[in-house]
Amino acid sequence: MEIGTDIILNALWETLYMVSIALFFGSILGIFLGITLVVTRRGHVLENKFIFSILNPIVNVLRSIPFIILLVAIIPFTRLIVGTSIGTSAAIVPLVLHIGPYFSRLVENSLLEVDDGIIEAAKAMGATPFQIIRKFLLPEAFASLVLSVTTATISLIGATAMAGAVGGGGLGDVAITYGYQRFDTITIFVTVVILVLLVQIIQSIGNTLERKIRRVS
Amino acid sequence: MIKFQHVSKTFRSKTQTIEALKDVNLTVNKGDIFGVIGFSGAGKSTLIRTVNLLESPSSGEVIVDGKNLAKLSKRKIREEQKKIGMIFQHFHLLNSKTVFENVALPLTLSKGNKRQIENRVIETLEFVGLSDKVHSYPDQLSGGQKQRVGIARALVTNPSVLLCDEATSALDPQTTVSILNLLKKINEQYKITILIITHEMEVIKEICNRVAVMENGRVIETGNVFDIITKPQKETTSNFVKSIVRDDVPVSVYKMLESNKYDGRIFNFKFLGDSSGKPIISQLAKRFNIEVNILFGNITELQQASFGNLIIELIGRQEEIERGIHYAIQEKVEVKEVEESGNRNRYYSERAMGNVVHG
Repeated sequence: MEIGTDIILNALWETLYMVSIALFFGSILGIFLGITLVVTRRGHVLENKFIFSILNPIVNVLRSIPFIILLVAIIPFTRLIVGTSIGTSAAIVPLVLHIGPYFSRLVENSLLEVDDGIIEAAKAMGATPFQIIRKFLLPEAFASLVLSVTTATISLIGATAMAGAVGGGGLGDVAITYGYQRFDTITIFVTVVILVLLVQIIQSIGNTLERKIRRVS
Repeated sequence: MIKFQHVSKTFRSKTQTIEALKDVNLTVNKGDIFGVIGFSGAGKSTLIRTVNLLESPSSGEVIVDGKNLAKLSKRKIREEQKKIGMIFQHFHLLNSKTVFENVALPLTLSKGNKRQIENRVIETLEFVGLSDKVHSYPDQLSGGQKQRVGIARALVTNPSVLLCDEATSALDPQTTVSILNLLKKINEQYKITILIITHEMEVIKEICNRVAVMENGRVIETGNVFDIITKPQKETTSNFVKSIVRDDVPVSVYKMLESNKYDGRIFNFKFLGDSSGKPIISQLAKRFNIEVNILFGNITELQQASFGNLIIELIGRQEEIERGIHYAIQEKVEVKEVEESGNRNRYYSERAMGNVVHG
């Protein structure tokens, strides 16, 4: 291995930084979009054909653009938001736009899993639409939502590998620039092992939390 | 009081329209335990949902305690819904919350004192007999216990009306009885009007005082439970009644009838209310020169009165038998003769006796 551990550690830090910030904003965006996609659909508590028929295709379009294209395509927008189009922070904007819509579909699935009878019971109690979401839908879907966050996080780690294209750094970038382009197999191997471990750890945490919430021993 | 006035409900989709309710008129009086019975698809689920506006009627009015909910603002509707409790076949409890939290939920929807909510929840759980399950989760409970949580959740806001949507259909017979007893206790103790929909005649017989029979979106028969069970007018009604009162002649009787094993004539005696308390059978044997052979019998307790039927064979001279039958009819027994039928498809026929005797 021709590079020092400091480079690897720095890259790991960049990856974690990008993932956590993008996850934070992506989750907010995803939960908001996901809830809206559920409650505005036909027959639901805030049925709204207009909002649903606009939001639904937007999410689909954002999800169908390959991340590497999105990364460069929205450079003007990124510059507007963070003031620069290169660097780790600049990579976060496309990451949020990438993971938000994806996460919204996961949230949508989790919420749709909740038995319709729960909503009926809530309505019969005279709950407002907002109360139905907060006191009935979200608590019932919570365990499933934790798994959705886990999946979204892992998906984000994959996406950060491409952040190198805008100088975002991170483990994936090290693997490509130091490992692939300089034929440094060991560097590739080390970064990949770290990524695998990272994914393993996150998945285990997610599973453990989910089981705890579901009260499964 | 709940009043349905010309209530109709039509569901429209691109491919079809379904008339779930057709001009339904019903009055549920305050303090009633009112049962609505019908097969699946009869419209009873839709009917009960128009009371708390889970379904709004396409036309007609549903008046609950003097108010037509459909005419109120959304906020007012929610206020009224809080006065109408509802329990469900599949309970619809939140598995993510404890029994306590589930029961407290309706109270937390309105601003309230935490202490008061806690006291009220504990009190209600005590009433339904679940004091020891306060911190359990619904998936740790049996079906009957889950329904008790559902009942507690419905009662916690002190409603004036309780709607029961097939509340015992997912329970075994023993648990059904205990839940029905609890509903009866609620009705007596809190004077809550209860509207029950069910496909089980047993439920109607156990606790209801009045009943409506539904078929194809219409109410085809309505009245006191005793009258409906003892004198059903419509075929669907008698089919439901048959599930709790066996008044058809057992196959063994027809078979023996066919092979002429009986010396005398066979009659179906139906006893209602007044007549069921009298020793009519022994009088028959004493007063007339006939022998009475009981082939099959069935007596049911119904609303503190008994009701039943006997299949009996009368042996003796024709005129003595006729006189005996005449006596029974005078004592308000409904008499039908069981005969072997010439028709191959029908095994037998019953002939009403009134005309024969008087004619």
